[in-house]
Amino acid sequence: MSNESVTARPVEELDSVVIRFVGDSGDGMQLTGTEFSKAVAKAGHGFVTHPDYPSEIRAPTGTLYGVSGYQIQYSSSQVFTSGDAPDVLVAMNPAALKTNLPDVKRGGILIVNNSAFTAGNLEKAKYASNPLTDGSLQGYRLYSIDISTLTANALADSGLGKKEVGMCKNYFSLGLMMCLYSRPVDKEITDIEKKFAKKPKVAAANITALRTGYAYAEATEMFAVSYQMRESTPKPGKYRSITGNTASALGFVAASEISGVPLFIGSYPITPATEILQELANLKHYNVTSFQAEDEIAGICSTIGASYGGSLALTTTSGPGLALKTEAMGLAAILEIPMVIVDVQRAGPCTGIPTKTEQSDLLQAVYGRNGECPIPVIAANSPSDCFDAALEAFRIAVKYMTPVILLTEGGIGNASEPWLIPDVASLPKMEVKYRTDPKGFHAYARDENLARAWVRPGTPGMEHRIGGLEKDALTGNISSEPLNHQIMCETRAAKVAGIARDFPPSKVEGPAKGDLLVIGWGSTYGSIAQAWQKASAAGKSVAFVHLRHLNPLPADLGDIIGRYKKVLVPETNLGQLSRLLRERYLSDVVQLNKIQGKPLMVTEIYDRILELC
Amino acid sequence: MMTDMTEATQIQALTKKDFESGLDVRWCPGCGDYAVLSQITKLMPKLGIPRENFAFVSGIGCSSRFPYYVQTYGLHTIHGRALAIATGLKVTRPDLSVWVVTGDGDALAIGGNHFIHALRRNIGVKVILLNNRIYGLTKGQYSPTSELGKKTKTSPLGNIDQPFSPVALALGAGATFAARCIDGDQAMMAAILERAAKHEGTAFVEVLQNCVVFNDGAFDALSDKTTRDDTRLVMEHGKPLIFGKERNKGIRLRGMDMEVVTIGENGVTAADILVHDENAAHSGLAFSLGQFESPDFPVPFGVFRDINKPSYEELHKQLVESARAAKGRGDLQRLLNAGETWTIK
Repeated sequence: MSNESVTARPVEELDSVVIRFVGDSGDGMQLTGTEFSKAVAKAGHGFVTHPDYPSEIRAPTGTLYGVSGYQIQYSSSQVFTSGDAPDVLVAMNPAALKTNLPDVKRGGILIVNNSAFTAGNLEKAKYASNPLTDGSLQGYRLYSIDISTLTANALADSGLGKKEVGMCKNYFSLGLMMCLYSRPVDKEITDIEKKFAKKPKVAAANITALRTGYAYAEATEMFAVSYQMRESTPKPGKYRSITGNTASALGFVAASEISGVPLFIGSYPITPATEILQELANLKHYNVTSFQAEDEIAGICSTIGASYGGSLALTTTSGPGLALKTEAMGLAAILEIPMVIVDVQRAGPCTGIPTKTEQSDLLQAVYGRNGECPIPVIAANSPSDCFDAALEAFRIAVKYMTPVILLTEGGIGNASEPWLIPDVASLPKMEVKYRTDPKGFHAYARDENLARAWVRPGTPGMEHRIGGLEKDALTGNISSEPLNHQIMCETRAAKVAGIARDFPPSKVEGPAKGDLLVIGWGSTYGSIAQAWQKASAAGKSVAFVHLRHLNPLPADLGDIIGRYKKVLVPETNLGQLSRLLRERYLSDVVQLNKIQGKPLMVTEIYDRILELC
Repeated sequence: MMTDMTEATQIQALTKKDFESGLDVRWCPGCGDYAVLSQITKLMPKLGIPRENFAFVSGIGCSSRFPYYVQTYGLHTIHGRALAIATGLKVTRPDLSVWVVTGDGDALAIGGNHFIHALRRNIGVKVILLNNRIYGLTKGQYSPTSELGKKTKTSPLGNIDQPFSPVALALGAGATFAARCIDGDQAMMAAILERAAKHEGTAFVEVLQNCVVFNDGAFDALSDKTTRDDTRLVMEHGKPLIFGKERNKGIRLRGMDMEVVTIGENGVTAADILVHDENAAHSGLAFSLGQFESPDFPVPFGVFRDINKPSYEELHKQLVESARAAKGRGDLQRLLNAGETWTIK
């Protein structure tokens, strides 16, 4: 079967579409979503995805809290976010429909597996009557399909058990969607064969389910039209789909390869950061050592040991883990050794909502340590941007001999988008020098950047002792001299502040002065960029700056802020960057805060922009 | 300067003095830690390891000042975490001789988790635990090894925490080398430290160490020449576990339990006495010995266990070698291009 058979129906051309797949955590919705995005990618479309799943691995079936979802927006032009309101919702049971329906566009398409709408499931979803038949979905284009039975009938001779057959229905829905969006299925079939190479029966069943779904959509002419995305014209080059966590891992390996310095990761598994450790554990044939520590503290402490030994060392975590690493970050800061601490932020406080995204660790990263303890903080703004951010984190760490905190977010770490694969030769150089000359060596003598020398144990003639006690500003020997302590505190602060000298001028999108400046950081980039585009197109005098560096802030930011009447700061927290900006620039910025474990939507930002200018 | 010499002459030329940092030692006069410092600096030139290849890592506590006093690479870190830091150092730099000097609070209270996990992994770090059964640096609170009923500033009515035996804990965590000595017996300490230094994998040595200020006399019965023969059991590999002034007391195995017997009484002969086996595949007997406490049992000294097992860093090296043999040395561009790609023209 291929797309030449798709047809007689009118084809409607689209610029972009947002599709959300939802079901029980066991329904395979993450897989359906991932496979659909792969098909879209191959057609050269831009896309951004947003997996949204519960903390429970397999929550009880049919429950409202067990719903797992995967949203994708794809488009003929550049895509910045996974989209606000879905145009299409594929719902595998009542709970999935109930929890997601409020987000769906009025008049949008609902594709619903009606076989799951049993009395029991309706009750679990707290529906008083069946929404598929009670008329409550009249404002939508509802396609009620008995996906379970259709799949089961198609697989009657597959030789698989009832449970295994049930698991194939996600491929049925994938087939439906591929038909609706005019995507050929051949490549998907090859993928299934590869994926289930060791289970030929399962492979055959999934292929049958996929074809059946496709054929069903086609034969029943259930969809009045099918959709075709307008041709895309992305930048030429080689692409792959990449998640933020994979991109971070690759960025770290790249830092190691271009500097020639071994990479070490010491981490404890924690959602949503674990994939970085997993990725690197699989790359031992590179110059990579991965160490799964006994706890978060051992994660960062082993990293300190590896850095002391001369490795490019990093530890990965999420909010609660960052809290546990606090004291050790202080040690790394006072030792002045290079390392990277990745915080893939999640909804807090405490354990919070582990699988939901948030930007609420900014203040913890900038300030959360005892004593005067400055640590540079940078943030990635999209999945593929994690690669560049990882390289930048190590560049700063090594040049300034300091720990660096890299903030990403669950919504970036697990989301994927197309990545224009860089040519290794084009990556920035990273020079690492260990000091080996004992002549005139002092452990805390500094270069023009206030960085001290990196000396590996094993270097003859330079044996020295350093630690977490305050130390003499030159020799590094223990010192509790009053004036020396002030000098050391001021020097550490000046060193970190001085990093801003390296930053390129901030990129201001829009007019150089005007009514409103929007300042963002992290994953809100896409929504802000799109809202800004829309507002600019509507003739508003609005500009936009997105920050890579949170500590220190760019040196030109104060001037930029001064050129606009108002400043808007959208964040998925209660106003943490707003606080930093007020403190630093005495600017009365306007906050836009959403803290629901969900990304900010384009419309939410756009509406606020319109209110302000 | 050292760097002008060849490695061989440098090693030969080194003496105890070369390993002393010259910094003022700030332990209390009479502290047992001095004896350990002296024995370690005496041992180091004998090991044939260039001075720059030693790294001492410590946490917080009196014992953790140790790295400042040896003329090697040294890292004085945070409370309880020395072993986690040393693990990161050793796995990335197996060429170094990495030593951790710790105390009963540092290793067994705040750092208990790292202690058991380092031992279970068998990472090639030498762990010297100076056990004075008290918190000294904070001026006298009970520690995880303080005896039941002990009155301290935080247990004014007597301690109700059951104490750990550090050796039993280490063995329970899978120690491949576990030994105990005492600050007053320098000859025994020297011999044990030398064996620890040469052990592959984690070498754990508990040193009973007198705190002259906050727990003075804690080990008097074990160091006093008039009592120690009856209170100590000095273990020697392949020899029966005999002790006492008259050398007539011994340890006999009865079922799963150990008991103290007197040779010549109740029909007990020398042949009934358990023979010490440091290399026993099963750690059960060593674990039982590790739990011996006064006054019911003599306190054992010497090596409880010494077995060969590949170290963590060795297993790691093998993993890397097999990964490279299977996949070849990684190429960055290939890694970036991995998975499904598509080209836009």
